[in-house]
Amino acid sequence: MSTLRVRPSTVLFAILAVGGVAFGTTCVEACLGPGRAAVRLARTARLAERLQLTDLCLFTEARYTRHASQADRHAAFQDHPAALEHFPSGSLMPPSGAANRASP
Amino acid sequence: MAGLERQRQLLDFALSSLARRPMKNLASLTVYTAVVFLLSSVMLMSHAIRREAAALLAGAPELVVQRLVAGRHDLIPTDRLATIRAVRGVAAAGGRLWGYLFDPAVAANYTFLVPPDRSIAAGTAIIGSSVAAVRGVGPGDVMSFRGYDGRPVAFTVTSTIAAESALVAADLFLVSEGDFRRLFGIPADRFTDIVVTIRNPREVRTVAEKIDAALPDARIILRDEMRRTYESVFDWREGMVLVLLVGAILAFAIFSWEKASGLSADERREIGILKAVGWETADVIGVKMLEGLVMSLTAFLAGYGLAFLHVFHFGARLFEPVLKGWSVLYPEFPLAPSVDEIQMASLFFFTVFPYTLATIVPIWRAAVVDPDMVMR
Amino acid sequence: MIHLSDVRKVFNQGRPNEVWALNGINLTLRQGGATVFRGPSGSGKTTLLTLVGCLARPSSGRVRLKDRDISGLPERFLTEIRRSTFGFVFQNFNLLSGLSAIQNVMIPAYPRGLPHKALRRRAMALLDMLDMGDKAEAETRWLSGGEAQRIAIARALINDPEVVIADEPTANLDSGLSAQFLAIAGRLKRDGKTLLVTSHDPFVCEAALVDRVVTLHDGRIVEAG
Repeated sequence: MSTLRVRPSTVLFAILAVGGVAFGTTCVEACLGPGRAAVRLARTARLAERLQLTDLCLFTEARYTRHASQADRHAAFQDHPAALEHFPSGSLMPPSGAANRASP
Repeated sequence: MAGLERQRQLLDFALSSLARRPMKNLASLTVYTAVVFLLSSVMLMSHAIRREAAALLAGAPELVVQRLVAGRHDLIPTDRLATIRAVRGVAAAGGRLWGYLFDPAVAANYTFLVPPDRSIAAGTAIIGSSVAAVRGVGPGDVMSFRGYDGRPVAFTVTSTIAAESALVAADLFLVSEGDFRRLFGIPADRFTDIVVTIRNPREVRTVAEKIDAALPDARIILRDEMRRTYESVFDWREGMVLVLLVGAILAFAIFSWEKASGLSADERREIGILKAVGWETADVIGVKMLEGLVMSLTAFLAGYGLAFLHVFHFGARLFEPVLKGWSVLYPEFPLAPSVDEIQMASLFFFTVFPYTLATIVPIWRAAVVDPDMVMR
Repeated sequence: MIHLSDVRKVFNQGRPNEVWALNGINLTLRQGGATVFRGPSGSGKTTLLTLVGCLARPSSGRVRLKDRDISGLPERFLTEIRRSTFGFVFQNFNLLSGLSAIQNVMIPAYPRGLPHKALRRRAMALLDMLDMGDKAEAETRWLSGGEAQRIAIARALINDPEVVIADEPTANLDSGLSAQFLAIAGRLKRDGKTLLVTSHDPFVCEAALVDRVVTLHDGRIVEAG
């Protein structure tokens, strides 16, 4: 019987419910995430501290991208942010905080 | 109840309207979802990396003193240690030995480092996970490099650094001080730079100024500045992200334009019919708004959900070519899921509302037509 | 029930193509019965029905519905009156393509917020009454002219209006289907609906069920029946 046909809004509500549950899951994961990763982060942070590391190992292609915070004022990035840098990573990173400072 | 049922009937109608142009609307939804996906991926990833950077670099050296010669970073003489230690407020100062080595075998750059916290036997090395992966070596294997004077220097790998620390240590190559100096030809009275510990953290700037006064050729980097460097990584102003953002905004503009100018004679006629059979202008606009809302809400949920999966469960694979750039070593680092609520809210706002508004504007113009046009 | 006094309607006022579609109409329509508005095209009969049916407002003059002056009412009230009092069967039916027949029938009732099941039952009953029950889920595009008209009639009746307005109902139909339309119209009349029909089809004007024929010419009534 045609009166048993599913209303479009029912379908939408079902889809939105699934989406809502998925969204809720991401929120729960985001809340739990830092806690779950705490041990790993703490171990890595301790390693970084003991080795006196100053930078993230995100881009290894050049001195000033591997250790961006240690890069001097004559390294790349000077045209930031107007110009694209030689390396793709150059356009993902700002010049180091120190490079922009007038004096210590 | 009548009000709710009425909204639901209008929603039914809006959905049937969308279903009448399935290809067009599916295509719009796909593009829209892709835009949200790209933007949320960048947002989630940058936020997570910034978070990790803040946690990982919290223990970075408080002060690093470099020596500059003619604008270039140069090796710093050991006697500067005494000068620095003499500055009031300095608790300790130690020289660091680190540098880069290009490995022609795999065209990768390694960061050589003499660890201050452990002593490594001469001729051995501890290597980062990416180094191990790219060279296919493990404990017991021997790696040999050409020294500054052409003589080979060989290292036996004793262990690798856990992959979980790849974000800071993937390319590290920990060696003994003797081997480091022998490989690069660095004399015994030189360090790469000097790390300084401060007695009172609040005096760090004062101490930095004093060191600067004592060592005019020095360049001083504060921990705060190291942290700040990564606080703005993947900032929206950065080139690639900007390109992405401009693309997304353009896509949106095209969308809106299409919507604004896409009110065909058919659609006008339909609005006329609806009004003639007893719909109010507000009902017509309400239906169009529901259409826009359904589209944008679906696109947001789908795009955002996919982005979350992409960044936190699939290691942001799509961004790898960009992040990797020309480098051979690329750390495979897990990111702890974390979300910046304000960022997410603004993403929601800037994706859902403009689209919904863009659907309403032209309808508004059409909705004020006289209903008697259907009789003419 | 409906009373028009000195009603005029002008299109494109002040422009070179200004047209006076209605030029001083005085007319009283009683409740019940069937009235046909006759006249050549351009005589203003359709315009007259848009005014009576609250689709448009007169340029001057008054339209009274049940002793209520509706010629100056704002759009929202007109819509409300139109929805509850009038049902329209347009000349080219004006069904929404891409939707099923029964969805088309239910459209005028959506803003009222009736319970969905009751509304669907009512739409189904109307379609059954018009022998269209088995086409309820058919897409309107695939319906023949006669079928589309019956869907349009069902749509006009969904809100149970007192007045059914039909604009040139037989213009697109052959004589067999025209007879069928008149049969349906007769049933509506027996049910107490007021029928207002424009037509220049003698088959309609001379039908037995028609109580009154109003003839228009150049925006004026030449014969009030």
